[in-house]
Amino acid sequence: MDDLMALFTGPLIAINVGVRDFGLALEQQDVQVIYVDWSPPAGGDQEMLDLLDQLL
Amino acid sequence: MDIKQQIDLANQEAVSRLIQGDPVLADIAPAGQVIPGLQGRMILHAGPPIPWSAMCGAMRGALIGITLFEGWASSVAEAEALLASGEVSLEPNHHHQAVGPMAGTISPSLPVFVVENRAFGNRAFCRNVEGMQQFGDYSEKALAGLRFWRDVAAPAMAAAVHQAGGISLKPIITQALQMGDELHNRHSASSSLFANALAIPMIQASVPQPQLLQTLGYMIGHNLLFLGLAMAAGKAIADPARDIACSTVVTAMCRNGTEFGIRVSGLGDEWFTAPAPKVDGLYVPGYREEDAGLDMGDSAITETVGWGGFVLGGAPGILTLVGGTAEQALAYTREMAHITVTRHPHYLMPAFDFEGAPLGIDIRKVVQTGITPIIDTAIAHRESGHPKIGGGLVRAPLACFKKALARFGQKYVS
Repeated sequence: MDDLMALFTGPLIAINVGVRDFGLALEQQDVQVIYVDWSPPAGGDQEMLDLLDQLL
Repeated sequence: MDIKQQIDLANQEAVSRLIQGDPVLADIAPAGQVIPGLQGRMILHAGPPIPWSAMCGAMRGALIGITLFEGWASSVAEAEALLASGEVSLEPNHHHQAVGPMAGTISPSLPVFVVENRAFGNRAFCRNVEGMQQFGDYSEKALAGLRFWRDVAAPAMAAAVHQAGGISLKPIITQALQMGDELHNRHSASSSLFANALAIPMIQASVPQPQLLQTLGYMIGHNLLFLGLAMAAGKAIADPARDIACSTVVTAMCRNGTEFGIRVSGLGDEWFTAPAPKVDGLYVPGYREEDAGLDMGDSAITETVGWGGFVLGGAPGILTLVGGTAEQALAYTREMAHITVTRHPHYLMPAFDFEGAPLGIDIRKVVQTGITPIIDTAIAHRESGHPKIGGGLVRAPLACFKKALARFGQKYVS
């Protein structure tokens, strides 16, 4: 718990994975954000995911 | 061996063949004399197959222009009626070992570059690059440019090629990539290197002085001179990688202004198409985004073999033509490494500490990541009768790769 609380007593740096809007909202509140480009494999297309499971 | 291992082996074979490619300019000759199956009243065009009725304005304009150039019609209206009648066969360049920039029109009397892949013995062909007729402009000035190429420049350059016993293109390509070219829309270095290679043989071949001076002037002043050679070289390099069972490597990407199409090594000659995308670009003064047609041309054969958008990070000079920042260009090249099989050991980029160009587009990786090939390209007008109106960047449509992967599954998994 102490470790968790320590997050809020020092400078906070957020890592935003995927959709950028969440990070942008934090930036507007002066929070430093590091963006990681991510999207679901095959855009979440189940037919393609099933094929990729077998082929890749 | 399971299917994943078979694919990996097949893809290693495909990129090995791409790497071994050794393109040599063997000749420049009238298309009807050298391109297999091009005979009678036939015109080859860019992209996957498409009937006259579905062609965009620029493609129609280019066909009208080349029909007038051949003397098959004496007016625009007559040419249009002839083409609509079906009396002129219209077939894709790719079905004839050929490629062409923008509309890509190749007719029997138009001289083409003949490039031989000396590692495999196959040949490929590409027409000359110019900024008018291939964009759909059929004006007298556009046709005069074709006649100059046919009657003056091509014969003089052919004499030089014969004199030299062929011009090896790999050293020019390798050097140009290290001089800031990306070999799709920036050919400042490659065109100069090629002109240098041809100048002395052209004099030795005793080309008459007026023709010599006109041709040297043409070559020196044409900063996209080498694009036709890079495209023919790309096609000559890519073709031996076709028809490798189980390979998921792309062997052709092209557009006809209406559809974008790809071919995949393990799937034979089938085309996988999707609507051609719009190019995000910069425009020649007097033109704007609303004027633009959709993506067009066989020139994406350069990206297919690892040049063009794939090495954009090594060619920041091109950004004045296509837009974007140097940092974005570096990011595009890094991104392309996520969807390719390997790096080319000879085509190197100084901007990346001499890393090789990303090579061998794998449809599985494209579908998995959602990252599609980036292509830098020119822009034609949506209507016929206009020259080049701009240049920019475009992404290959993801739908082509999904369709190809679905077919691959049908063929190899079930």
